Amino acid sequence: MSGFRIATGGLVDRGKPVNFTFDGKRYQGYAGDTLASALLANGVKLVGRSFKYHRPRGILSAGSEEPNALVELRGGAYREPNTRATMAEIYDGLEASSQNRFPSLKYDALAVNDLISPFFAAGFYYKTFMWPAKFWEKFYEPMIRRAAGLGRNAGLSDPDTYEKITEFCDVLVIGGGADGVAAAREAAATGARVVLCDENAPLAPVELPGGVKFLPRTTVFAVYDGGTYAALERLTDHLPVSSAPRQRLTKIIAGRCILATGAIERPMVFGHNDKPGVMLAGAVATYISRYGVAPGRNAVLFLNNDDAAGLIPLLAQARVGIAGVVDSRLKSTDLVYALAREAGVPVFAGAVITRAHGCQSVKDAEIRLHNGTTLRLPCDLIASSGGFNPNIALTSHLGGGPVWDETIAAFVPGKLPPGMEVVGKAAGQGINVNIQPCWHVGAFPGKSFVDFQNDVTVKDIRLANQEGFSSVEHLKRYTTLGMATDQGKTANVNALAILAEVTGKAIPETGTTRFRPPYTPVALGALAGPHKGKHFRPTRLAPTHEFSQAHGAVFVETGLWLRAQYYPRPGEDWLAAAQREVNTVRNHVGICDVTTLGKIDIQGPDAAKFLECVYTNSWTNLAVGRVRYGLMLREDGFVMDDGTTARLGEQHFVMTTTTANAGKVMQHLEFCSQVLWPELDVSFISVTDQWAQIAVAGPDSRATLAKIVDAPFDISNEAFPYMGCAELTVCGGTPARLFRISFSGELAYEIAVPARYGNALAAKLMEAGAEFGIAPYGTEALGIMRTEKGHAAGPELNGQTTAHDLGLHKLLSKKKDFIGRALAARPALTDASRPTLVGLKPVDGVTVLRAGSHLLPVGAAATAENDQGYVTSAARSPSLGPIALALLANGPARIGEQIRVYDPVRNGDTLAEIVNPVHYDPSGSRLHA
Amino acid sequence: MRITCPHCGPRGVEEFLYTQDASVTRPTDGGAEPTKEWTDYVYMRDNFKGPRKEYWYHSAGCHAWLVVTRDVSTHEILKVELP
Amino acid sequence: MRYSAFTVVKEALRGHTGWRPAWRKAEPAPQYDVVIIGGGGGGLSTAYYLAKNHNVGRIAVLEKGWLGNGNIGRNTTIIRSNYGLPGNIPFYELSMKLWEGLEQDINYNAMVSQRGVFNIYHSDAQRDAYARRGNAMRLHGVDAELLDREQLRREIPYLDYDNARFPVQGALVQRRGGTVRHDAVAWGYARAADRRGVDIIENCEVTRILQENGMVTGVETTRGRIGAGKIGIAVAGSSSLLANMAGFRLPIESHALQAFVTEGLKPLIDNVITFGAGHFYISQSDKGGLVFGGDIDGYNSYAARGNLPTVEDVCEGGVALMPMIGRARLLRSWGGIMDMTMDGSPIIDFAPVKNLFLNAGWCYGGFKAVPAMGYCFAHLIAREAPHEVAAAYRLDRFAEGKLIDEKGVGAQPNLH
Repeated sequence: MSGFRIATGGLVDRGKPVNFTFDGKRYQGYAGDTLASALLANGVKLVGRSFKYHRPRGILSAGSEEPNALVELRGGAYREPNTRATMAEIYDGLEASSQNRFPSLKYDALAVNDLISPFFAAGFYYKTFMWPAKFWEKFYEPMIRRAAGLGRNAGLSDPDTYEKITEFCDVLVIGGGADGVAAAREAAATGARVVLCDENAPLAPVELPGGVKFLPRTTVFAVYDGGTYAALERLTDHLPVSSAPRQRLTKIIAGRCILATGAIERPMVFGHNDKPGVMLAGAVATYISRYGVAPGRNAVLFLNNDDAAGLIPLLAQARVGIAGVVDSRLKSTDLVYALAREAGVPVFAGAVITRAHGCQSVKDAEIRLHNGTTLRLPCDLIASSGGFNPNIALTSHLGGGPVWDETIAAFVPGKLPPGMEVVGKAAGQGINVNIQPCWHVGAFPGKSFVDFQNDVTVKDIRLANQEGFSSVEHLKRYTTLGMATDQGKTANVNALAILAEVTGKAIPETGTTRFRPPYTPVALGALAGPHKGKHFRPTRLAPTHEFSQAHGAVFVETGLWLRAQYYPRPGEDWLAAAQREVNTVRNHVGICDVTTLGKIDIQGPDAAKFLECVYTNSWTNLAVGRVRYGLMLREDGFVMDDGTTARLGEQHFVMTTTTANAGKVMQHLEFCSQVLWPELDVSFISVTDQWAQIAVAGPDSRATLAKIVDAPFDISNEAFPYMGCAELTVCGGTPARLFRISFSGELAYEIAVPARYGNALAAKLMEAGAEFGIAPYGTEALGIMRTEKGHAAGPELNGQTTAHDLGLHKLLSKKKDFIGRALAARPALTDASRPTLVGLKPVDGVTVLRAGSHLLPVGAAATAENDQGYVTSAARSPSLGPIALALLANGPARIGEQIRVYDPVRNGDTLAEIVNPVHYDPSGSRLHA
Repeated sequence: MRITCPHCGPRGVEEFLYTQDASVTRPTDGGAEPTKEWTDYVYMRDNFKGPRKEYWYHSAGCHAWLVVTRDVSTHEILKVELP
Repeated sequence: MRYSAFTVVKEALRGHTGWRPAWRKAEPAPQYDVVIIGGGGGGLSTAYYLAKNHNVGRIAVLEKGWLGNGNIGRNTTIIRSNYGLPGNIPFYELSMKLWEGLEQDINYNAMVSQRGVFNIYHSDAQRDAYARRGNAMRLHGVDAELLDREQLRREIPYLDYDNARFPVQGALVQRRGGTVRHDAVAWGYARAADRRGVDIIENCEVTRILQENGMVTGVETTRGRIGAGKIGIAVAGSSSLLANMAGFRLPIESHALQAFVTEGLKPLIDNVITFGAGHFYISQSDKGGLVFGGDIDGYNSYAARGNLPTVEDVCEGGVALMPMIGRARLLRSWGGIMDMTMDGSPIIDFAPVKNLFLNAGWCYGGFKAVPAMGYCFAHLIAREAPHEVAAAYRLDRFAEGKLIDEKGVGAQPNLH
């Protein structure tokens, strides 16, 4: 054979050679090879360095349980650290490099750690690095952090795309081996919809009936409640580059599940069992039969069960020499003797390998025979088998713990997730034939590794126990055993058994292995799926979005909405634009999209009664055609939301909410109606998206609207006074709703039309208002004007304020029950010394006040004891200069006094005068024009 | 976790919002005073292990409020009914 | 035996034969002056400060399982004192100061790492809310900075500044905030308490709280009856169950919180960073894994695990904030039981039964409070008066309406 590739056999496609590099060196393999099988075929044994001691490491396994052969795959932004070479399918041009070594894999400077390893015993860092105190952050920790981790993240935005999909089925079969395929066929025969997942690439074609959806390269990595399973499908990881999605997160909803995941072999624990060339016996068999690769030329087999004996004829067929079979069982079995005799190899019964010798790979195995003598067998491959562990990680994801089966010396499934059954080797059938446990060979010199990746040895387990960390949970945390990227798949059971021996307890007494999702590591990008960048969350556009765009609007996120923030003209920054827009509204007319505020259409014989329940004030006495401000509390008495509600008919209201609380208020109304007052005959629905609503504000607003409202509607002040509402048509027949309400404090209206007419209505209004100098205005101008008018909005309705705080206590009816009535009456919520709404103006008239500043008495020290409140909203009014709204202890009683506005995080510290929060037109005369 | 909405059928838990314990009842005295009955209703809870009645809102679906009897130790859903 | 570099070296040369158990596996005595129920962060720190600062006699900590296997062993290791309300700030700042001296105090390297906590903001309103909080911190003498976009970009360049759905505008920063190795806190306090004579009794579950004449007299446990002069409850997510044993209820719901860690990576993220437009926060442990989490799942649970939608939601937030972590791999997810209160703030108070004391309601924020909660709970138990920085954490504040509601969401635990 050439290299270590066997002349014939295996499932790789020898007609398709594949070129790849490892640590810069070129190699060739075949399509179907993993990086591990291809490296082994090329005689590469050294593939990595261990985490703590930087010991040379080779390939241990042939599957996803691999602890050693972790490489960095690809380059640039595509770099994937910590990739298992045993799972990475090679493709032309694949570039892989080893990790955690400097300057090279062969000559790693930090291998010195191995020599001074006694100083790095488990938990050593808890006992030192404390002095001098400052050195921890300056030196010790940065040193530790640089040594930690194995691979390097590229530090660049992940360029791949990921998909998400949901599969529904009657039966999910996990594991595409013989047991799984049989289970899938059986289930499909009953007519069930079946999904079959296997984590490996399909090297050999599988015959499956039509009712089975086969997902290869798919790892079911988690079990969740309600028959929900999470799976990761590797779509293009085996291809050079692809514009197709890299991976797919498949959520599988299954009526029931069959776990056919087989069993994972556990290694024998002996001195220097981590040396390259020491492999799991089953893995050696897999490399021979699946990939046509012999991982060595001269092997020693070390086992304690009959399962592994099947490797003997395989090695012989592959023309690999067998120096001997070391069987830790006192009397080996007939099977072993028969197979060994056939192959012409010696059996050493009742013997153990005490140590693997060799520099950077195995050169010979030191064996202690039953009679106590020592023997050294030259070899370049040690195939060890300590038995098999049923692969039942998924059975414990919902909390059930596996149970110890003494007869096969393995954990088998305990309490299963609802709907799951386990079959085949995963259930403990047909494994560990005639096993006699040999958890570790005894106290001989040479580190005996239990957890390879985290460099945890038998000695560490003894030390942890000596220091009182004698439970499995404590052991794991103290030694970090089982916490590496392989999640202890080849370590956990050995560790538990060794701990049991060390503490003198039986295994069941010592504990159990419990697993958490994910079964194997999953890229965060796959869990995020397509929801990244601009697609992280949906974007809601107002029905006048195109209009605003055409007018040069700058947009701002308001929750999920994009709202026009301001409409800058050439040369204007945001402030100039906003102040111009304010002046236009106050002197002429402006339009602003207010669609995003929640709108809820409420109808029914008990509609008014329902409003009485949810609002603090009265509603049954609101006349048809009138609008009223409403205050809504939470049941704990604090303010939830406010808005205006219009009575369009005897049994017809339209409620508005703030933009931010629209969904929350809707949910609340549903709760009140369905749960608290189901006897009330009322129906309601959100119409926020159904109606485009535009504020038309300013002294010329009526004249503007008059041009578009259809006869016979009379928009005069007498016929349609302040706080009126009506249904009408506009622009020659378009249905509309008109509300004479004002957030700006000017003569103003809000007009609503079906949403699809939003842009058209805006255009018509601009046309109608052109002679008056109409302009669109955005949220900045809106904010300035409502601050000028002292209207509470989001910053004041912050969930910590009460009706009393906002000066709205007069709206709390004394006559009826409403949500929040009882608890709002608590003295702590009505106390006047609470921070209460006031206005502020800088004493010097020019210093900008900022929301978030705190308020202190003038001349008092800047300490918490003197903290009397905070600024909630601030604006730079074109007519009044800088103004603010604030919550100040005893506020209304202090109007006329001065207060210190303290904002150290933005270097602000100025004096302000406490004023009426209604800075502009306090009498409200402009509203009634 | 999946909840079977009486209107919409079995749906993933992400379509629903849990808000509060369904075993507490709003006092019927009109709320003129903040009595202990009121503050207990708003604040105090049993919070035992095992099955419990909870209010869930089908926010991404039909907006129905549901009374879900669910074992909070195992997440098993025992019953779903309208209020 | 004192821990130090000297003893590490000495023992390394002696084959580590000199190391002793970090704490005795004590057998329960028939009577104690103070019994603390709960061997997690709260219980162990309380026992330590009781032994260190107060003269109360014999103390025992009863833990139903293995010490430190609850939330103290499951959290995301963040410490900070960047709260906004006057009832909270002094308390968490006391905790921060205790963290800063902890390792020298208990002779255990808890790896207190003050790498800075950055709360990212994405809008003017959020900036102002963070300014309000930062200013409150400064008034209390706590460090707080507000960075704008360019300042933030210079320090943390790998956030998505250019293609984000919710633009990054800046951050509120507490430089003294950071991370601590959580297991070390449990083991360190246990060892330090044990050295001062505290009996730490594991695998000892309390099944009944014994009362006579309106006063507690002891507990019934799986390891027998234990008499107690005073009893302190510090059991986090199980608080309501213990309260029920003593005949009262709490304003608490127990909720599921998930947490996550990636495979170990070479240094990538130097600070603690929280996302302001979604539920996600992250830091990198000294072992290299990215430790991250998000919001609670949102439903009641004693199962200490959650479901897939939350996992997706958290990862979406992470990839949105820092796209480079898309290729990092989730290694492990786990869950804990959070005692969520009706205002999101804790309770350190007398219980309604004489000589019974309550330390509960830490929601998902208990870890950073471990030193102060122990310090103040010990003060309350020993002196029968609240410590001044914990004076607002009264059980009756709910009925009174003196809530400490940082988020302003009201009496719905899963919103806090």
